[in-house]
Amino acid sequence: MQTPSTMAIAHQPLALVNGRLVDPATGKETRGGVLVIDGVIRDLGASVASATLPSHAQAIDCAGDVIAPGLIDMCAFVGEPGAAHRETIATATAAAAAGGVTTILARPDTNPPVDEPAVVDFLLRRARDTGHVRVLPVAALTKGLKGLEIAEIGLLQEAGAVAFSDAAKSLRNAQVMRRVMAYARDFGALVIHYTEDPDLAGEGVMNEGEFATRLGLTGIPREAEAIMLDRDIRLVALTGVRYHAGLISTKMSLDAIRAAKTAGLPITCATSINHLTLNENDIGDYRTFLKLTPPLRAEDERRALVEALAEGLIDVIVSDHNPQDVETKRLPFAEAEYGAIGLETMLSAGLRLVHSGEVKLPRLIAAMSSRPAEILGLPQGRLAVGAPADLIRFDPDEPYVLDPMQLHSRSKNTPFDEAKMQGRVKLTMVAGQAVWESA
Amino acid sequence: MSDLRPTQKFRHRHLLGIEGLSAADIVTLLDMAEDAIEVSRQIEKKRATLRGRTLINLFFEASTRTQSSFELAGKRLGADVMNMSVAMSSVKKGETLIDTAVTLNAMRPDIIVVRHAQAGAVHLLAKKVDCAVVNAGDGAHEHPTQALLDALTIRRNKGRIEGLTVAICGDILHSRVARSNILLLSTLGAHVRAVGPSTLMPVGIEHMGAEVCRDIKSGLQNADIVMMLRLQRERMSGAFVPSSREYFRFFGLDAEKLGYANKGALVMHPGPMNRGVEIDSGIADGPQSLIREQVEMGVAVRMAVLAALAEHLPNG
Repeated sequence: MQTPSTMAIAHQPLALVNGRLVDPATGKETRGGVLVIDGVIRDLGASVASATLPSHAQAIDCAGDVIAPGLIDMCAFVGEPGAAHRETIATATAAAAAGGVTTILARPDTNPPVDEPAVVDFLLRRARDTGHVRVLPVAALTKGLKGLEIAEIGLLQEAGAVAFSDAAKSLRNAQVMRRVMAYARDFGALVIHYTEDPDLAGEGVMNEGEFATRLGLTGIPREAEAIMLDRDIRLVALTGVRYHAGLISTKMSLDAIRAAKTAGLPITCATSINHLTLNENDIGDYRTFLKLTPPLRAEDERRALVEALAEGLIDVIVSDHNPQDVETKRLPFAEAEYGAIGLETMLSAGLRLVHSGEVKLPRLIAAMSSRPAEILGLPQGRLAVGAPADLIRFDPDEPYVLDPMQLHSRSKNTPFDEAKMQGRVKLTMVAGQAVWESA
Repeated sequence: MSDLRPTQKFRHRHLLGIEGLSAADIVTLLDMAEDAIEVSRQIEKKRATLRGRTLINLFFEASTRTQSSFELAGKRLGADVMNMSVAMSSVKKGETLIDTAVTLNAMRPDIIVVRHAQAGAVHLLAKKVDCAVVNAGDGAHEHPTQALLDALTIRRNKGRIEGLTVAICGDILHSRVARSNILLLSTLGAHVRAVGPSTLMPVGIEHMGAEVCRDIKSGLQNADIVMMLRLQRERMSGAFVPSSREYFRFFGLDAEKLGYANKGALVMHPGPMNRGVEIDSGIADGPQSLIREQVEMGVAVRMAVLAALAEHLPNG
């Protein structure tokens, strides 16, 4: 395992030069460099070059590689507290650093869950002491993630929670959801909700359709996602809360989001890197690493998601990083745990869409950096003077074959094992400090 | 000793709510209450205004403060007062509200004071009896004598009501006190704000004459009067607000939050208080608090209401 190192000396100016700057906020690409002083971007563009740097500055020649903002992942499970056998903040953030992710939003469905200000405080301290990248806690919407009582949104926000969610659990009771939304709105809080009607999803374990029928597995209809999302959109209109659909996977949901955005509602949405690059057929011979929630859908649904990403209807791509140890995956499909890891492969997998010509590179990067930053009100996630120097360098064309054993996550449940990938991160910086350099 | 009499004609047979009262009606009651204060402050506190009359306090919901206040008011005006609380009534045995009303009516009372947990119950009862009916609180609908005593307290301390900014804070949703106060104070020309989280704010309250504020800082800005409402314990564990500690942090009145209001702003509470939930003890007992004075005004206002209604009683 490569250990992140520190290359910059405090206060010494540092420049990444001779790069291809991709600014996701503007969609512009320019040749040039980025000058970093005291962890902040101080200058950027063609004027930042080796010849023009002060003599005491350190310069890194990027040899034409892409320089982009560090990625922001709005949904990752970091294992702490309570599931250190699956992941720790140290291992999750090492995986993130190697994947170019410089900010992680940590899911609240830990043990105990993040429904107490003290747990937010614990996470922030653990991240400070053991993390390689920034970790921002998402707190519970309801106490114990039970969907019954409003969590202490005000106190959790003061403690440092950046958004509120019941993680993968959908809030079933519409009256509770209405009150939670109304209360969150008063605090300007962002509600992130994963919509799957638990009654309609029932015992389902994969997408409903021909393939599930052939495999003899119980299906989850796409309507389970859409019905809950439709309800939420009406409640957003009623309450005015800022709402982020945490992970949508169907055309029906895209239509609902499009209508809501057209109506001017404060709604954004995300899909996962898995749903953009895989479909239900990849489950093949009952591969449990592809058992996800929501389930992987049919190919036409995947293509619709990619188109929606290209046009900007989908705001955000998440890794949906969900480490599971082997024992909970080496089971019959219906009994296996849900989830796949993704922090370290999110960018490489996303670049498939760029190489296929379906999505432009700045748009891909935007969905993983500047859009999340805008939604969360964060200063990072952009190439701009004054922004934190959270930066990545990568060669989008560099080919490699993914070896799960080389991944930094404590769990190895990647859906991309042995997959041919193109493009990997060579350098990751957080606040001007290198946290990942490839050999 | 002279009777307590309206200075201007009071045309209403019942007092079911502030709704329907004109500014002149309200001022008449407040002026009468000023006289009643004097009565209560003398050694000889009796008047003959209701001599020979029967007053029934019919309380379907437990209340110490309001019931004893009406009882004293009735007795000081010379009435015979009977207290009926639900615990000892036949309502527990399944009798309907209307049957209870008809039964009581047959006993020929002159005035019935009613409190009931359901909005509209007092109006229903008023239709079935021949005597005068006073609403002592019906569900989340109205509590007119509380609004009158609050207005009297404000007027005596500020010299006026018109032009004042009054912030009513907390559980507006379930509060009959808030509704009656919004109606009364806006009728008399005050600027009324309803302050509280969205989960405790009834939809459409702005059309009743209150400006809605969802955070206490903007709600108390330039306020002359800060009126705190009680938050019931069962409503502070997640259904409406997450917890009492979060509620106190963001909506409980402490010295810092009172600092947002005008210098010398006065603090009120209809009681009973949850100290440390909606109001800090130091504020409740502090120099800006009118909470104890409100209780005294309660008796006076209820004497005024009973005396005003007595004008219309048969053989009055």
